[in-house]
Amino acid sequence: MKLKQLEGLLGGLDQFPNPKVELEQYPTGPHIASRMLFTAENSFEDISNKVVADFGCGCGTLGVAAALLSAEHVLSIDIDPESLEIASLNAEELEVDMDFIQSNVMDLRWRGQIVDTVIMNPPFGTRKKGADLDFLNVALKVASQAVYSLHKSSTREHVKRTALRDFNACNAEVLCELRYDLPKLYKFHKKKEVDIAVDLWRFVPGKHQS
Amino acid sequence: MRLLTHNMLSSNIKGVEKGFPLRIEAEKVVEKPVEMNADFLRKMFEKVEWKAFVEASRSMGYAQLPEEVDSGMLESDEFLSRFHHALLELHLEEGALVCPETGRRFPVNKGIPNMLLHEDEV
Repeated sequence: MKLKQLEGLLGGLDQFPNPKVELEQYPTGPHIASRMLFTAENSFEDISNKVVADFGCGCGTLGVAAALLSAEHVLSIDIDPESLEIASLNAEELEVDMDFIQSNVMDLRWRGQIVDTVIMNPPFGTRKKGADLDFLNVALKVASQAVYSLHKSSTREHVKRTALRDFNACNAEVLCELRYDLPKLYKFHKKKEVDIAVDLWRFVPGKHQS
Repeated sequence: MRLLTHNMLSSNIKGVEKGFPLRIEAEKVVEKPVEMNADFLRKMFEKVEWKAFVEASRSMGYAQLPEEVDSGMLESDEFLSRFHHALLELHLEEGALVCPETGRRFPVNKGIPNMLLHEDEV
């Protein structure tokens, strides 16, 4: 599948009709989602024929993209039942098979090393400080091959240090910097639209205890 | 929810020592055929907890998996297709996953298990 085609398909997905600010619900737009998954597959072969988990899936965009790029099994997790409902419909719309779990990502307990790749657009921590790093910590414990994540470019050094020193990652690389266009979703947003510099990261987990 | 997902999940209630495998109460199971990928199956064979997988597939109404397995069976198309069917084509739509230690039920609706914990379980 070509990048433009993937971006086009993702652009047709439904998004949060009533986003919940306390969960930092922001859609991962088709521009970012397509580039993230396309790079993961074409540069690193981390998607096709793999078991992929989407942490904090929201309306399902990243997981759907993984399925379209031939992930063998996609598992998408979110705490919010309304988002999961939309994500289910999105998967059905594009005729992709995905599993969903309603849970707090931080609370799930996993058996074995079945997940190959974790993909995520975590909450940035504007509501609950450090939320993005909490997600990264769990992702690095669950993934056996790679974690793809988005974090604000302004936190780049902190993210790298934390991943390598505290979360036992053996590699932490910024693949590219992207502009995240956030339309005025919430009443407290003053500007009509704002764009934030975000880094697309690829982390490699350190050796797992068996 | 596929059995591959079930094979990765453990009860997440605070204090539970042996939370795997979750027992399945199947009220509605749906079959969705999907193309078989033998390489993927061979890789998964090394990672799947087999006893839990067979037990789970029986709960879903499928009794065609052997109890004992060895990697020699991966040469058999018959075995691969049964493995594939149970792992990826059976979906639990309605029912529950039950913690083996506490009996706490995690309901499954429209294929989605709700594993959200109550305050005292975290």
